[in-house]
Amino acid sequence: MKKTVFTAALSGALFLAASVQAGTLDDVRARGHLNCGINTGLAGFASPDDKGTWQGFDVDFCRAVAAAALGDATKVRFTTLTGKTRFTALRSGEIDVLSRNTTWTFSRDTDLQVTFAGVNYYDGQGFIVPAKLGVKSAKQLDGASVCIQTGTTTELNLAEYFRIHRMKYQPVPVETFTEARGLYLAGRCDTYSTDASGLAAARASMTDPSAHLLLPEIISKEPLGPAVRQGDDQWADIVRWTLNATIAAEELGITSANAKEMVTKSTNPEIRRLLGAEKLQGREGLGLSAHWALDIVVQVGNYGESFEKHLGQGSSLKVARGLNGLWTDGGLHYAYPFR
Amino acid sequence: MTAAIRPSGVRLSGRARTAVLQIALLAAVFCLTAWLIGNVVQNFAALDKGFGFSFLWRLPANYDINQTLIAYTSADTHLRAAFVGLLNTLAVAAAGIVAATVLGFLVGALRLSRNWLASRLAAVYVEVTRNTPVLLFVLLWHAILIAALPAPRNAVDLGGVVFLSNRGAHLPRLVGGPDLWLLLLALAASGLTAFAILRLVRQRGRHLAAAAAGIAVFAAFLALSGPRPAIELPELRGFNFAGGTTLIPEFVALAWALAFYTSGFIAEIVRAGILSVDRGQGEAARALGLGEGQTMRLVVLPQALRAIVPPLTSEYLSLTKNSSLAIAIGYMDLVATLGGITLNQTGREMEAMILVMGVYLAISAAIAYLMNRYNARLGRIYG
Repeated sequence: MKKTVFTAALSGALFLAASVQAGTLDDVRARGHLNCGINTGLAGFASPDDKGTWQGFDVDFCRAVAAAALGDATKVRFTTLTGKTRFTALRSGEIDVLSRNTTWTFSRDTDLQVTFAGVNYYDGQGFIVPAKLGVKSAKQLDGASVCIQTGTTTELNLAEYFRIHRMKYQPVPVETFTEARGLYLAGRCDTYSTDASGLAAARASMTDPSAHLLLPEIISKEPLGPAVRQGDDQWADIVRWTLNATIAAEELGITSANAKEMVTKSTNPEIRRLLGAEKLQGREGLGLSAHWALDIVVQVGNYGESFEKHLGQGSSLKVARGLNGLWTDGGLHYAYPFR
Repeated sequence: MTAAIRPSGVRLSGRARTAVLQIALLAAVFCLTAWLIGNVVQNFAALDKGFGFSFLWRLPANYDINQTLIAYTSADTHLRAAFVGLLNTLAVAAAGIVAATVLGFLVGALRLSRNWLASRLAAVYVEVTRNTPVLLFVLLWHAILIAALPAPRNAVDLGGVVFLSNRGAHLPRLVGGPDLWLLLLALAASGLTAFAILRLVRQRGRHLAAAAAGIAVFAAFLALSGPRPAIELPELRGFNFAGGTTLIPEFVALAWALAFYTSGFIAEIVRAGILSVDRGQGEAARALGLGEGQTMRLVVLPQALRAIVPPLTSEYLSLTKNSSLAIAIGYMDLVATLGGITLNQTGREMEAMILVMGVYLAISAAIAYLMNRYNARLGRIYG
């Protein structure tokens, strides 16, 4: 009897404790590591290497946030999430940052109580088909079976695309890329539809990539970016400016190789403010150390370095910068001023 | 504790003490529940999130479903999507229950067979099906169907009427023809005729006569009812079969895996039920000159059913609940639609989960109710 009352009181107290939210930055520092949500496995964005360490463009972003918040890019615990579980994990506090090729949309921003910190990859949805299917355009896909990751914006775009083009299709819902790949190769679906970056990864993972075609149509805009829980502006600012620092570093020519040298040698005031050589107004209020951006660039690299290493020429995917180039190169990435 | 509830030295009787303890326990459970609900409400308020179900009919679902038993497009509401999912759950559970029952009774009877090989084979079947997680069967049968069957272009052609491919079983269907209500009317009329013959005639061969009369009435109805239904055959068009109707491999794999798994348990229930009937009953029946089949059908089975039905009910309930494993192979049931995509797209975890649980509870309660009624009827007939 006493035990029951005691247990009840205890679980009640625990529940109360869990519902009171401290600042995310304080939580992360007290814990000593960042909890970051990533893809269950998508070449280039998040996949374990032969030593079992997570690697990828999205993984790098988690490390950059850890470098900014803790000064150590290795202090990250990764949680793999499917398209369906990601927002629940973020809202429930299981993760601090969601860095899992997530599309920034109106309803997610407003209705799902998440805050997007920016866009780190401009993407769009396409289709991959086996070359022997003889299909050259998405408009020829009437009647096809389509493998599609459930709980994603791609699922909604697909339904809309086929509806407005008055075509029929049979959805084959899957949870992960691995599952989609298996069903696609077994011929359960004629085509797999996801973001173009994901398709490039899918194609690179095939034994004979030339036996698979990416169809020319890109049927949607998919601005992918990191997201945080709504309601903690300080943390959202940290994540937003972490992303911005990686892009600014590329704009300013700061790389992991020359960053330390630049702290002392550079005369450019913006570089000096970014790397902590001169005072950056508001940094202390945000709770960041003087060398937060230096830590990011030295330990993780700038935006372009991370891109080339995981998605571009340094990877098996060989994705061109395209929309993801700097604005000065005809791309869409444009860093906000550090002033 | 007991000291505290012993006022002025008067020792409470055992019953009073129990009552006080129970009231205290109830109060504690009540407080805890209230606490939890209060916290949920508070957390919802902190997240600036209301609680309500209006998203079900206010928002379009925007996603497609791979098996729709009623008309559905992605422009329909989440409510309709959930209903399509519910029908898919019911369909796969019903198919699984029928198949599991037939298989289970067959294997259960075989296990008691005096044929050594048959009884051993049945024993192996029971051990394999009962001792492997059902999820493995679901994945296994799905993989087998996808891998073993050819692509639609090389589909297995069964007489140009039925085609089998890794996109499913493509079957012909009836189009046009009389309205559904007329068909139902014809079915009811033929059923009534057959029933009347069974009731009124007491001679041998009345079963055959009843069946013949029933079919005749049904045929007559159809002949008089105007437009003749046309049979639409499935036909390869583009990548897939169009026309006819398709049983998708996910449905077949799930129903079959559930039936396969559950039939092992049912076989043991049937065996136990038959063994629970006194041996003297069978011996007496044979002494009266009844054959093997008659003894089983008229004497043993009716008595065995009294022992079989209650545990059988719980197997039906497990099968229905296990059908939520549909999500593993992409069969879009209630969990995949309302508890999956709708939940994810609208962010209403609490509401969606409450609804899904409520629906499963209702389905289980309905199955239990029907089975209990059946059992009560058996009790009245066979005592």
